[in-house]
Amino acid sequence: MKEKMKAKKSFNSNTILLLITIVLFMVLYAGGCIAYGSKGFTHFQTFLNILITNAGLICVACGMTCVMLTGGIDISVGALIAMDCMMLAVGMSKGIGAVPMVAIVLLVGVVFGFVQGFLVGYLEIQPFIVSMAGMFFCRGMTAVICTDQVSITEKINATFYKWANTKVTIPFGGYVNNKGKYMVPYVRPGVIVALIVLILIFIMLRYTKFGRSLYAVGGSAQSAAMMGLNVKRIKMGAYMLSSILCSVGGVCYCLNTMAGSVTRALGLEMDAISSAVIGGTLLTGGVGNVIGSFFGVLINGTISSIVKTNGKLASSWPNILTAALLFIFIVIQSVFGALRARKK
Amino acid sequence: MKIWNKIKSWPLLLPVVALILVMAVNIIHDAAVGDNPLSFFMISLRDTTTNGTILFGRIIDIINRGSEVAILAIGMTLVVSASAGTDISVGSVMSLCASFMCMNLAGYGVSSTTTLAKPLIVGLLAAVLMGALCGAFNGTLVSHLSIQPMVATLILYSAARAIGLLLCNDLIVYVRNPSFAFIGAFTGPIPTPILITVVCIILISVVLKKTALGMYIQSVGINAKASRIAGLNSRRLRFLAYLLCGVFASLAGIVASSRITSADSNNIGLYLEMDAILSVALGGNSLGGGKFNLAGSIIGAYTIQAITTTLYALGVSSIQAPVYKAIIVIIIVVIEAPPFKAFIRKHSAARATKGVKA
Repeated sequence: MKEKMKAKKSFNSNTILLLITIVLFMVLYAGGCIAYGSKGFTHFQTFLNILITNAGLICVACGMTCVMLTGGIDISVGALIAMDCMMLAVGMSKGIGAVPMVAIVLLVGVVFGFVQGFLVGYLEIQPFIVSMAGMFFCRGMTAVICTDQVSITEKINATFYKWANTKVTIPFGGYVNNKGKYMVPYVRPGVIVALIVLILIFIMLRYTKFGRSLYAVGGSAQSAAMMGLNVKRIKMGAYMLSSILCSVGGVCYCLNTMAGSVTRALGLEMDAISSAVIGGTLLTGGVGNVIGSFFGVLINGTISSIVKTNGKLASSWPNILTAALLFIFIVIQSVFGALRARKK
Repeated sequence: MKIWNKIKSWPLLLPVVALILVMAVNIIHDAAVGDNPLSFFMISLRDTTTNGTILFGRIIDIINRGSEVAILAIGMTLVVSASAGTDISVGSVMSLCASFMCMNLAGYGVSSTTTLAKPLIVGLLAAVLMGALCGAFNGTLVSHLSIQPMVATLILYSAARAIGLLLCNDLIVYVRNPSFAFIGAFTGPIPTPILITVVCIILISVVLKKTALGMYIQSVGINAKASRIAGLNSRRLRFLAYLLCGVFASLAGIVASSRITSADSNNIGLYLEMDAILSVALGGNSLGGGKFNLAGSIIGAYTIQAITTTLYALGVSSIQAPVYKAIIVIIIVVIEAPPFKAFIRKHSAARATKGVKA
């Protein structure tokens, strides 16, 4: 009952934040279409390419949203993806099959999430410190596994190569290219996985006991405990979920890049956090939605896509723009928070 | 028993024990390899062709290389104490300041130069100003908009390095000028970074001892509301802590950049935020804010550098070293975590009552 009331109270500003996000995405995309229409930005495939490159990020952002709902944060995700990619690449080049290797990666995600969750939930250490140590651990561990760039080629593992190059065609939205050939739009399997994850997490957050308790813990850990929720276990669950989804994302990411290296996915945690924040997830916890995070990812993807299409802008621009957007949305959140506090 | 209790409550216990442990590892390693077991402690004067007679030895090297971390640790201690959060942007801010300075010294778009485009002092001031600006940005977000410190500093953590690259036109700018290189080289026989660090430490301790600033910052960290009611401007003090942290980050950036006579945006200060936070934690300071102990942080910083140097000596590469540091961080924060302490207390109490019954 209390939760429902709370949801109603914060309904207004949350919907506004989500609306701002969706409008921002449309404006950005429309701007891209107008500026770079001649370079093929208007094709449906460009949009699908954004999904293909960011399939991993969508999974990671879903996990990040769950963690941020509890009021925590997990900055180990980028490094964990680097470690996943390296493990996949090295494991397969040692002759382990694709399916067992993916299983191992997911298992590592579970164990890593368990440790982080235990430290945050049961030992009450600041999430930032824990996940920062986790980040350095994973990044260093990637270098311990192998310091070189390892590529996954067809020779190394045919199954994984086949997965990566499977095209899932979409029956509409094609275009005729300048050679007169009809191009059928397609996505990669990673996108399908990411969308399934998105829908599952959406349903989980909305309809399951665990999903609702994430909101309750983030809204107020004390009242959640008084209602009889096991706050420690729920917090641990959130971090485990984040690391598992991150490992799923790592596999998607690896399907897209087909290589492992120490600097892989550098700063991806930043993209995931900014996606969630831009999508309307409050940093203080208790408010948020994976649909918003999904649009946040799309905004990030559109920015880097525009910078890439332009071709002349320096490679550091996407980083700066993402940080600037994050800054703007954090300030908006803070202003909304202050207004809400004044109303009370 | 009394002495034991006294030792247990000594604030510098953790950093000193860690330092002794590192030294022990070094002695054992040297002995195992077949060197003189005490070679870790040896300091000698050596003639070099480039710098004349200089001090030489592993301890000198650690104190020299640890300068950046020590300077960062000063600022980080203040931030942790005042706001119960950490400034994770220091490494990136270092890089940004170094890039801005080298851009000023070499001129925009120039990738390598031996003559300075502007006087050295202009470059140095530009770097410090940039550091202060970054500190002010973080400080405003944290103190005036009440955003969690680590999230607020996350913005610059990701953006500062990119802005630095942009300022340098995506190049590594080399400034091979002796007057600039001097900052990272030697003054007489002593490495200049050591002198800079000593000056920083003396300055900040004088300020903290002679004014009430240190006490004010601690009181804001312990209870911001109560200090405000007591008449302190909590917001301004918090802002000041972040400002100082930014300025110290810029000083560290100047030293780091001068050492390699270039502004390598991607590598200057990489992972140093971790080292700085680790120094504060290792120095026996609570990451939950409040009371701080500057001496502990500085000993902590040199301990970190000793750990890094030892890891390199043991054959761990620089990109693998974070694994060990991360494990050390976790061990330290677990030891300091209240639930862990409560668990230990309960355990020892249970053992004590068992002893009485028997």
